[in-house]
Amino acid sequence: MSVHLQVLIVVIPLLAAPLLVLLRGATAPWALATAVSWSVLAIALWLVAEVQVHGQLSYALGGWAAPWGIEYRLDAANAMVQLLVAMVAAVVLPYARLSAGREVDPEQQPGMYAAMMLLLAGLLGISATGDAFNVFVFLEISSLSTYTLIALGRDRRALTSAFRYLIMGTIGATFFLIGVGLLYALTGTLNMADLAERLPAVASTRTAHTAAAFLVVGICLKLALFPLHLWLPNAYTYAPSAVTALVAATATKVAAYVLIRFLYTIFGIHFSFGELPLSQILMVLAVIGMLVASAVAIRQPDAKRLLAYSSIAQVGYITLGLALGSVLGLTAALLHMFNHALMKGALFMALGCIAWRVGSTRVDQLKGLGRDMPWTMAAFVVGGLSLIGVPLTVGFISKWYLILAALEQGWWVLIAAIVISSLMAVVYIWRIVEIAWFQQSESRDHTREVPLGLLLPTWLLALANLWFGIDTRLTIGIADQAARALIGSAP
Amino acid sequence: MIPELALYNYWIVIALMMVGLYTVISRGNLVKKLVGLNIFQTAVFFLYISLGFVLEGAAPILTEGVEVYSNPLPHVLILTAIVVGVATTALGLALVLRIKEAYGTVDEDQLQRMDNEA
Amino acid sequence: MSAGDALQWMLLIPLLGAVGIVLCDRFPNLRESVTLITAVSLFICAIGVLGDVQAGNTPLLRLAEPLPGIVLGLRAEPLGILFALLASGLWIVTSVYSIGYMRAKREQHQTRFYVCFAIALTGAMGVALASNLVTLFVFYEVLTLSTYPLVSHAGNRNAVQGARIYLGILLATSIGLLLPAIVWTWHLAGSVDFVEGGILAGKVGPVEAALLLAMFVLGVGKAAVMPVHRWLPAAMVAPTPVSALLHAVAVVKAGVFTLTKVVIYIFGTEFLASIPAERLLVYLTGFTIIAASVVALRQDNFKRMLAYSTIGQLSYIVMAALVLTPFAEIGAALHIVAHAFGKITLFFVAGAVYVAAGKTQLSQLDGIGRRMPWTMAAFTIGALSMVGVPPTAGFVSKWYMIAGAFQNDLYFVLAVLILSTALNAAYFLPIIQRAFFRPESVPPKTEHGEAPWPMVAALVTTATLTILFFVFNGPVVGLEKAIVNLP
Repeated sequence: MSVHLQVLIVVIPLLAAPLLVLLRGATAPWALATAVSWSVLAIALWLVAEVQVHGQLSYALGGWAAPWGIEYRLDAANAMVQLLVAMVAAVVLPYARLSAGREVDPEQQPGMYAAMMLLLAGLLGISATGDAFNVFVFLEISSLSTYTLIALGRDRRALTSAFRYLIMGTIGATFFLIGVGLLYALTGTLNMADLAERLPAVASTRTAHTAAAFLVVGICLKLALFPLHLWLPNAYTYAPSAVTALVAATATKVAAYVLIRFLYTIFGIHFSFGELPLSQILMVLAVIGMLVASAVAIRQPDAKRLLAYSSIAQVGYITLGLALGSVLGLTAALLHMFNHALMKGALFMALGCIAWRVGSTRVDQLKGLGRDMPWTMAAFVVGGLSLIGVPLTVGFISKWYLILAALEQGWWVLIAAIVISSLMAVVYIWRIVEIAWFQQSESRDHTREVPLGLLLPTWLLALANLWFGIDTRLTIGIADQAARALIGSAP
Repeated sequence: MIPELALYNYWIVIALMMVGLYTVISRGNLVKKLVGLNIFQTAVFFLYISLGFVLEGAAPILTEGVEVYSNPLPHVLILTAIVVGVATTALGLALVLRIKEAYGTVDEDQLQRMDNEA
Repeated sequence: MSAGDALQWMLLIPLLGAVGIVLCDRFPNLRESVTLITAVSLFICAIGVLGDVQAGNTPLLRLAEPLPGIVLGLRAEPLGILFALLASGLWIVTSVYSIGYMRAKREQHQTRFYVCFAIALTGAMGVALASNLVTLFVFYEVLTLSTYPLVSHAGNRNAVQGARIYLGILLATSIGLLLPAIVWTWHLAGSVDFVEGGILAGKVGPVEAALLLAMFVLGVGKAAVMPVHRWLPAAMVAPTPVSALLHAVAVVKAGVFTLTKVVIYIFGTEFLASIPAERLLVYLTGFTIIAASVVALRQDNFKRMLAYSTIGQLSYIVMAALVLTPFAEIGAALHIVAHAFGKITLFFVAGAVYVAAGKTQLSQLDGIGRRMPWTMAAFTIGALSMVGVPPTAGFVSKWYMIAGAFQNDLYFVLAVLILSTALNAAYFLPIIQRAFFRPESVPPKTEHGEAPWPMVAALVTTATLTILFFVFNGPVVGLEKAIVNLP
C-alpha cells in the first residue's frame, strides 16, 4: 500500500471530484472534500519523511518502466511543494464551509468543492510527476478548475477576470506544450531524468534554445512574473475568499516549482544560466516586479487587490532566488515558496473573515475593525509582519536567505531592491493597520468577531507563520536538501 | 527543392500559430477570441502530428513485412491535448454565455468600460 | 535557581506580568499591583543575574535555533546586565509614576498601556542579554513593535501621525540597514556571536569594515544618530511615562547599547582603531550632538526640547564608544546610566507639570517653582546632570569621556564636549531661572500645587539617584572595567 502513496496523493482528490458532484446539499460535499484534503496532508507528510530518509522515490505508473511509461519521481523539492499545497488545502477547506457558504450559491457548492479537488489533484500531479508532458496535462487540470473557481465570485467582474485568465492561461499552457514538443523532437523522450541526460548533446542547437524560450515564457505566465502578471490582480480580487486563499497560496508556487524543475533538472544550470542569459533576464524582471508591484499595491483601494499586487512582488522574490543559480539562492527560493504560501494564506483568510462580516474588503470599509474584530485583525497583523519580514516570522527566514544569497555573489543592487520592496510592504500593511485601529467607521454599525469556524483555520495558518519562523528544522532542512540535489543534478 | 520549403509543414504550423495569436489579441469579440485560441492550439496539434511522421513510415499498426513505422507517441499525446483544448473551449464558451447574461454584451471594449464605471 | 534559569525568568517575568495584567483588566487596583509586583520581581531577578556575572558564571541559554548555526540565545555580560538593571529598576519607579499619571489624566485603554509596557520590557531585557546579533535583532524589533501602540496611545490624528513616523523610521532603518549588516557580518565571519575582542578582525578590508560600521550606526535607528533621529521627537506624542521610561531609557538605550556591543564585541576596539574611516563616524556623532543642542535651544514644547536633548546625549554615548579607548568605553557605559537617571527625572517633571498645571510649553513655566517646589527642584538636579555639573551623575560620565579622549588625543571630541556643555547650559539654566525667579505671568486656570503623590515620589527618587550616582558609582565602574580588561 505504502508504495502507492506517491500516486494516491493525486488519485484520491481526482476520484473525489466526480463523487462530489453527485452529492446534494452543501454539508456532505464539504465533509468529503475536507476529509480528502486531510488524508492528502497525511500522505504528503509521510512522503516528506520518506524523502528525507531515501532522498528520492520513484514510481512507475501502471507498472510501465521509466523511459516509456510515466514515472512519478519524488525528491525533496517536489515533496516540499506537495506538503505546502496539502497544508494550505487542509486549512482552507474547513474554512470554506462558512466562507463559501455565504459567498457561493448553495446549488453551486458541490461543484465548487469538486473544482477544488480537481485543482488539488492538478497541483499535486504537477509536483508528483517526472514526465514533461504529464506536467502539461496536470497544469491544464489545475488551470481549468481555477478558471471555474474564479468565475464563482459574486461580482460579475469575476466572470471577465476568469475569461481573461482563461485566454492568457491557455496561451501560456500552449507555449509550454510547444516547448515540450520541441524537446521531444530533439531527444525522443519525455521523461525528465532522460531529458536531462540527452539534452547536453544537443544543447547548442537552435531548437533547444527555442524550446527553452517557449517553456520559460509559458511557465512565467502561470507564475505571474512581471510583466506576465496581468491576469492575477482581478482574478484574486473577484474570486470567492476561500478560493483566493487556496489559489494565491498554491498555484503560483507550483508554477515556480515547475520553472525550477525545468531550469535546473531538465536543462541544467549550465544551459539555463550559461548558454542562455536566463539568469540576467529573470533577475531584471524579478526586481522590476518587486518594485513596481509593491508600489502599485500601496495605492490600491481594495485590500484583496492590494494583497494580489503584493503577491506579484513576492513572486519576484522567489524568481530572484532561483535566478541566482546558487545553492543558497535556490534554498531561498524554495523557502520563500513555502513561507509565502503561509503568509498569503493567512492574510487572504483574514480578509475572507472580514468579507464574511462586513461584506466588502475595501480598505475604507475596514475602519474600526481593530476593535470590532480583534482576533481577525490580529491574525492579519501576524501575516502582515511576516510579509514585512519581522523576526520570529517565516518572512524573516526567507529574507535572511535571500539577502545572504545575494551577498554571496556581491549583488548589492539586489539587496537594495529586496530591502526597498520590504519597506514598501511596511507601508501598505501599515496603511491597513492604521485604518483598522485608528479610524472610526461612520457608515457601518459595530460588528462582532467571526465564528470559530472561520477564525480557527485562519489562526492555524497565522500560527504556522510563527512556528516555522522559530522552528525551521523541517523547512530549511528540506529546502537545503532540495537545493543541493537540484544543483547537483546539473550535468 | 529548396531546403527551407522541404519543411513546409512547419511553415504551415507557424503561419497558423500567428493567425491564431493575432486573432486572440486583435479581436474584441470574446467568441472570436476563443476561435483564435482554437486556431492557435490546432497549430500546435499539427506540430506534434508532423513530428511523429517518419519518412516512408507506415501507420503504426503491426503488419507483416513492414519495417518502418511512424512514431505513434506524439499522436497519442496530442489526443490528450485535443481533449484539453475541447474542455478549454467549452469552459470559455460557458463563461462567454454567463458574461452575456451578466453584462448584455460580449465585446471586450464595452465590458472594460462597464467594469471601469462600476 | 541556576544561572540559566535566572536568564529565562528575565524574559518570562515581564511576559507573565503582561498576561496577569490582561486577566486583571476589570480591576484597576489589582492590575496596577500586578505591574508593580512584576517590576519588582524583574529587578530582583536582575540582581540575581548580576551576582552570577560577578561570580563569573555566565552560561549560554539556548531558546531556539531558527537558522542553522545561529542560536537564539541569552548570555549575561557586564554591559548587558547593567542595562537590564537600569531598565528594570527604573520600571519600578515609572510604574508608580504611571499609576499617578494615567489615573489623574483618566486615560483610555489603560490595560493595553500596561500590557504593551510589560512586553516592551521583555524586548529590552532580550536586547540586554542577547548572546548574538540575531537574537538582539529579534528583541530589538519586539521593542519597536510593542512600543507602537504606546506611542499612538491617544489615537487622535496627531498621535497616529507621530506613531507612523516612529514606526516608519525604526523599521526602515532596522530592515533596510541593520538586517543587511547582520547578514553581511554572518557572511564575512561565519558567526554573529558577541565575543570579546570581536569576530571581524582580519576577515574584512578597511573600506568594507567602514561601510559595515556605518550600516550599523545608521541601521540602529534607536540610537538616533542624525539623520535617523526624527522618530524621537515624533514619539513625544506618547503619554509621558512612555517618553520617560522608553524614550529616555529602554528604547534609546537599547540603541546605543546595541552600538556599544557591536563596537566592542563584533568589531573589537583594536580592529576598529586600525580603520581610518572610523573617524568619519566620530565626526557624524559630534555633528549630531551640536546640531541637536542647537535645535533644542529653539524648542518651546517641553517634551520636544527634552527629545532633542536626548538625541544629543545619545550621541555622546555613541561617540564615546567610537573613541575606542578604555576610559571612553567606561564613559559610554556610565553615561547610559547617568543620562537615564537625569533624563527620566526631567520627563517625570514634564509629565507632572502637565498633569498639575496643564502646561506643555516652556514659556508658560514662569514662577511655577513656587507652586511645585519638589518637582522643580528635581528638574534642577536633572538639568545640572545634563550639563554635567557636580555633584550629579552627568559629571562622572563626562569625566571618563574626556579622559578617554585624551588617551587617544582626539581634540575634536574634547571640543564637541565643551561646546555642547555650553549649549546644554544655555537651554537648561534659563528654565530654572524662569521657574524660580520670575513672577507668574498668567495665573493658572485652577489653583494647583504639586502633582499626585506617586508622581512626585517617583521624580524625587530618580533625582536622588542622580545625585547618589555621583558618589556611589564604584560598583558600576568596577563592573565595566571587566569589559575593557582594566584592573
